[in-house]
Amino acid sequence: MNNYQDKRLLTEKYIIASCSIRDSVIYKNGKAVFEEKGDPISGFLDKAYQYFNTRYPKFYKMDNLSKLGLLATEILLNENFIAGNYQSDEMGIVLMNASASLDTDIKYYKTVSDIASPALFVYTLPNIVIGEICIRNNFKGENAFFVFKQFDATFMAQYVNNLFDNNLIKGCICGWLELLEENYKAVLLLVEKQQGNQSLVFTEENINKIYRIDNG
Amino acid sequence: MSDLKRQIIVQLNLKDLKPEDIGDDQPLFVEGLGLDSIDALELIVLLQQEYKIKLSNAEDGPKVFQSVRTMAEYITAHQAQKE
Repeated sequence: MNNYQDKRLLTEKYIIASCSIRDSVIYKNGKAVFEEKGDPISGFLDKAYQYFNTRYPKFYKMDNLSKLGLLATEILLNENFIAGNYQSDEMGIVLMNASASLDTDIKYYKTVSDIASPALFVYTLPNIVIGEICIRNNFKGENAFFVFKQFDATFMAQYVNNLFDNNLIKGCICGWLELLEENYKAVLLLVEKQQGNQSLVFTEENINKIYRIDNG
Repeated sequence: MSDLKRQIIVQLNLKDLKPEDIGDDQPLFVEGLGLDSIDALELIVLLQQEYKIKLSNAEDGPKVFQSVRTMAEYITAHQAQKE
């Protein structure tokens, strides 16, 4: 084994868990854990929140993108994440989507002709969902929200690996979090340095594999 | 006051609360109902939309939004002035 391979092994990261939400079904590690067909996205997310017995006082006040991200994170971390293993500034979050916060931007714009809604205005940035996840989990590490036309596993792998390799984070939640009106897809991954049961190496190929499987 | 409580629940998306869960004199902020600064702005919007009342002096806010009862008294006083 040469030095390069040594270094690569030392810096390898692992996909510990995945959660995806699409077409009224929630999947944890590829298995369906909740399904509620026939509801609009807001009703579906509220029912999932109640089903998983999540307790976050702000949930109903959040916009749909934040609800989607918070729920996906709750399910992703459940039974797969030990908060005590990390300092609060060691957990990072890197998300991407195609529609930024357009869903809420449109809703907010409609209120402007009458009385602009402060509650909607505060969600007119896509990275607000990261703030909600951070508040909920007491994460204070590096975070970023990127807007791409479509999911880019190459960029995601490079960016997250760079955060790890520069010792900026020791764990990360990353993935795709898209929502516009009734069209939504979330595929989030929990990435850590320690290998877990059935974990995959955090590579572009494996990210794409999970994204394709979990995303239909 | 029951109508006002219902309006507050709708305006602030307090879906896990019923009107009877909110006490007439229960503080609306911090240790009471736990509302925050964005909720305060939404209460101002509620007064404008439902009662056509504009809170002209921001310093009145803490007194007016102390509880559902103080809000109701403020609304009643303004409606009496209009008549």
